[in-house]
Amino acid sequence: MNFLTIAAARTLVPLLLVMSSPVFADPLGDLRAELEALKASNALRIEQLEQRIAQLEASAATARSEPPTVAPAMPAAAVASSGPNAFNPALSLILAGTYRALSGDPADYRIAGFVPSGSEVGPGARGFNLGESELTIAANVDPYFFGAVTAAVSGDDSISVEEAFFRTAALTHGLTIKGGRFFSGLGYLNGVHAHAWDFVDQPLVYQALLGNQFAQDGAQLKWLAPTDLFVEFGLEAGSGRDYPGTTRSANGLNAASGFVHLGNDLGDSASWRSGLSLLRTNAENRGFQATDGAGVPVSNAFTGNTQTWVADFTLKWAPHGNPTERQLKLQGEYLRRTETGALTFDTDVRSLAGSYHSEQSGWYLQGVYQFRPRWRAGLRYDSLDSGDTRIAILPGGLLPGFAFPDLQNATPTRTSVMLDWNLSEFSRLRAQFAWDQARLNGTDHQLFLQYLFSLGAHGAHKF
Amino acid sequence: MIKSVFGALALGMLLAATPAPAALKVLATSADWAALATELGGDKVDVYAATTAFQDVHRVDAKPSLVARARNADLIVATGAELEVGWLPVLLQESGNARVQPGSNGYFEAARQVRLLEVPASVDRSMGDIHPDGNPHLQLDPRNIATVARALSARLALLDAANAAFYVARGNDFQQRWQQAQLRWEKMAAPLKGVGVVVMHRDQSYLIQWLGLREIAAMEPKPGVPPSSSFLATLVSKLAQDPPKMILRNAYNDSKATDWLAERVHAPVVMLPFSVGGTAGARDLFGLFDDTLNRLLEPLK
Repeated sequence: MNFLTIAAARTLVPLLLVMSSPVFADPLGDLRAELEALKASNALRIEQLEQRIAQLEASAATARSEPPTVAPAMPAAAVASSGPNAFNPALSLILAGTYRALSGDPADYRIAGFVPSGSEVGPGARGFNLGESELTIAANVDPYFFGAVTAAVSGDDSISVEEAFFRTAALTHGLTIKGGRFFSGLGYLNGVHAHAWDFVDQPLVYQALLGNQFAQDGAQLKWLAPTDLFVEFGLEAGSGRDYPGTTRSANGLNAASGFVHLGNDLGDSASWRSGLSLLRTNAENRGFQATDGAGVPVSNAFTGNTQTWVADFTLKWAPHGNPTERQLKLQGEYLRRTETGALTFDTDVRSLAGSYHSEQSGWYLQGVYQFRPRWRAGLRYDSLDSGDTRIAILPGGLLPGFAFPDLQNATPTRTSVMLDWNLSEFSRLRAQFAWDQARLNGTDHQLFLQYLFSLGAHGAHKF
Repeated sequence: MIKSVFGALALGMLLAATPAPAALKVLATSADWAALATELGGDKVDVYAATTAFQDVHRVDAKPSLVARARNADLIVATGAELEVGWLPVLLQESGNARVQPGSNGYFEAARQVRLLEVPASVDRSMGDIHPDGNPHLQLDPRNIATVARALSARLALLDAANAAFYVARGNDFQQRWQQAQLRWEKMAAPLKGVGVVVMHRDQSYLIQWLGLREIAAMEPKPGVPPSSSFLATLVSKLAQDPPKMILRNAYNDSKATDWLAERVHAPVVMLPFSVGGTAGARDLFGLFDDTLNRLLEPLK
């Protein structure tokens, strides 16, 4: 009987080797070695080997009887297919949509005291809205570079390139270089794609000071220190076309940013990351719509430099570091922006110019708690301080003090609560309610219902 | 004279810059691979485990502390088969460490060394959280440990050629001890053959196959999909027909679900260490199997 088994294995080995891939070579090699060892005999082991051989015979038989196009059951990694599709990049697609019920008309939404920062700011349109469908295509270029593009197809049928960058994969000493268009590494939330946000929208301070998210068209150099404590330094240079900068016709660097991140564990259950970042960029005729003292719409433009500091802190806690049952994520950021330059009032008609200086800041603090598997609840508080914007065409100059009612000193706030239900790693249904006091007067009650689905390649998220 | 001073200075700087022969830095994604690397590398390796037995290796965060470890690692020992897909790619991309990128000698995947069970013929997310390459929880079959150990020994010898002989000798010693232990475990486990069990998630498949246990049911309708109450009701009536001897759960699993079922089907819950460190007895890889078997044999006494 033992002899027969060994004989069966001997005929099987070449058969399987011819038939298919190198995967079988390993287990059968082991099998042979095990058989050798077992010549000394051990009843239990031989019985098991017989079972394994019987299994192999059975699978060999099925493989023979099946047409060659059907892949036999073996590790996918070993069946590397040939042909033009073999090198297809990883694809992932995010489907998103939001229903919004807003007590205030979103058309006249404004963050009081702040220059409007772009079209994407605000709660969005009422009713059912298709969100951004994010399509990401990513792969290694060669042994030296990785490349990825994320395109956002908006509900209004426009396509925008959110990110399109290459990144080095062959550098050592903790160095990484990234080039192309990418979300800047400043702050914590700036680099996070919309589908991974813990709330439907960005904190007010990101909306007011960075136009939601700041992307660079440029290059980034990062260096990770050779310590067990996580210490990361980054430098970026780019076109600065994103708010608070503008496109400029200049050969030099228009925007530069730098950041340092620190992080570590606190025992088995908690970890943290903290950072400090600075963004310097320039604006040239950065236009914005406003109303003058008489309530007449006017167009104004700012030219000058703008400097933004960001301090961020994130803490995650889960019992024994296992977030399956419960997890708490606490996160806060403080941003402060200084803008100095010239303002042109009513560019179409009066075109009055004067100097402009503002120091504006804001912060948010949020906590998201997964209180049972698949359910998370969150609370976020937003606070902004517009400061006193000094415009030289005001008192003593050419215009009365109420010429910029939209830029009067204001302290907008907002409170948001969120509940989401994650049926799997790939789907999320969310409800959010916000008391938004960003406008000069009154509270905007905002209800959001959102779905987020992730298709294709399994995503990997940063801390 | 000046030349020789410069020469001495340059030599001194060179000597200062040449690091003392440091231990090979190994970042293992699980406590099991960390234990194996320690068995095989002894004091020639400096091993850090990215996770503990109380974590689900599939669901951990790409913590800053782990990025820092990946930056300094000479070797990453991972399971592969998409088990660490949610966080290891971030560590690798943030590390700025070309030595440990997939395809380099500094990147080792255990799943590449053994034949995986439950390789799906086709994959679709409607089937739950399945792994296209097969079931990645391969550490609970000692034969897999032996196979992975052979490959890992060879890798250590390749990376640290100066100590190659040390790794070969230590590897052979481990294989010998492991084989003896395996024979002992298999003798011990003979009464477990054909014993019916219920599992939570299908992460005991390798243990079940090795010991010839009989998996009657899993408490998840599909991998990673929690059971609905109607599924559980069907399960309870199914188990009334074919009562299990025990219900298995891992150290990192919450006990609520298994306790609930145990009460209804009158079978004991057996908590298994699942990974090194999961129980006091599972101090190392040998202890992992000793303790697992002791716990499995307990209800049969």
